[in-house]
Amino acid sequence: MITFMQLLALAFMSFVSSRAVLRAKDKKISIGELFFWLGVWSALIFVVFFPDFTTRMANLVGIGRGIDIIFYTSIAILFYMIFRLYVKLEDTERELTKVVRKLSMMTKKRK
Amino acid sequence: MKVFIVIPAYNEAGKIRRVLLKLKKNSYKNIIVVDDGSKDCTAKIAEESGAYVLKHVINRGQGAALKTGIDYALEKKADIIVTFDADDQFMVKEIKDIICPVAKGEVDIALGSRFLGKAVNIPFLKKMVLKLGIFVVFLLYGINITDSQGGFRAMSRKASQRINLTADRMEHAAEFFSEIMRNKLKYREVPITVRYDTYALKKGQNWSDSFGLGMKMLFNKYMR
Ligand SMILES: Nc1nc2c(ncn2[C@@H]2O[C@H](COP(=O)(O)OP(=O)(O)O)[C@@H](O)[C@H]2O)c(=O)[nH]1
Ligand SMILES: [Mg+2]
Repeated sequence: MITFMQLLALAFMSFVSSRAVLRAKDKKISIGELFFWLGVWSALIFVVFFPDFTTRMANLVGIGRGIDIIFYTSIAILFYMIFRLYVKLEDTERELTKVVRKLSMMTKKRK
Repeated sequence: MKVFIVIPAYNEAGKIRRVLLKLKKNSYKNIIVVDDGSKDCTAKIAEESGAYVLKHVINRGQGAALKTGIDYALEKKADIIVTFDADDQFMVKEIKDIICPVAKGEVDIALGSRFLGKAVNIPFLKKMVLKLGIFVVFLLYGINITDSQGGFRAMSRKASQRINLTADRMEHAAEFFSEIMRNKLKYREVPITVRYDTYALKKGQNWSDSFGLGMKMLFNKYMR
């Protein structure tokens, strides 16, 4: 039986997947990143529709409930993503500094 | 020998005129002020005093400003580059002392130390934070120094070219040490005087800045 929550989840996942496709179309994210995100969203959809699967996976690795394994893995993934974001942000800041420096030198020269 | 004084400045309109005047009186002619997107008239005051003024359109931090100033000084064929603060905490009279070992070719870089010299009216907490900084630098880079966060230094042209500053904000102080090690530069600490008045304390670095700084240093050392 399909519950209302499952439909809601499906709608949400389709929405975010379509966003990912659009981003990839305007080259805001690479094809690799597109597949990464589609993979994440489809895995989540799968889990929402077949919750038994997660319980079996959880038992396999010795964690009691299906939902717990999802929590553990999502926290791990979230940490990793924050880390990557941090690195990216630092790099962007450094690039920005180079632009600001260049600009200051250029306006100095002209005088 | 062509000596250049590089001064990073951010919102220092209250003090920078006095600093630049003292430098002029002591006949330092080549002064580079890097105005880092100040919201007050720091840049205007510096220009009126006849210094070379480079302007960052937005604030990029002290490390970023220092690098801009050093790059410009190198372009102007500097033989020795001195870094100095805009907030009148350092003594212009001591510039000659810090230049001396570099000019004689004894070291590549001379680092001012307020703990070998004098830290006038330094608050207890500030002192403790600085001591902690010394310890962290020792742990990270294995350099045994008496003052790790000071902004008063003199370096030869060679050292200035070799030292590659990439950190924009206050982490650059630690970066000097990793670069000294990487390039095997000869260094020496020189006693200096740093004065703390209400102005310097209000504008200076505080506790939470220092904590963030520590985290960044760790990150740069182990994660990059
Ligand atoms: N360019 C630039 N200079 C800065 C910035 N923050 C501080 N400074 C300058 O660096 C020097 C020392 O800064 P200060 O905050 O007094 O540090 P403290 O004396 O170590 O507490 C002064 O000349 C400041 O004007 C910044 O964001 N950009
Ligand atoms: Mg200060």
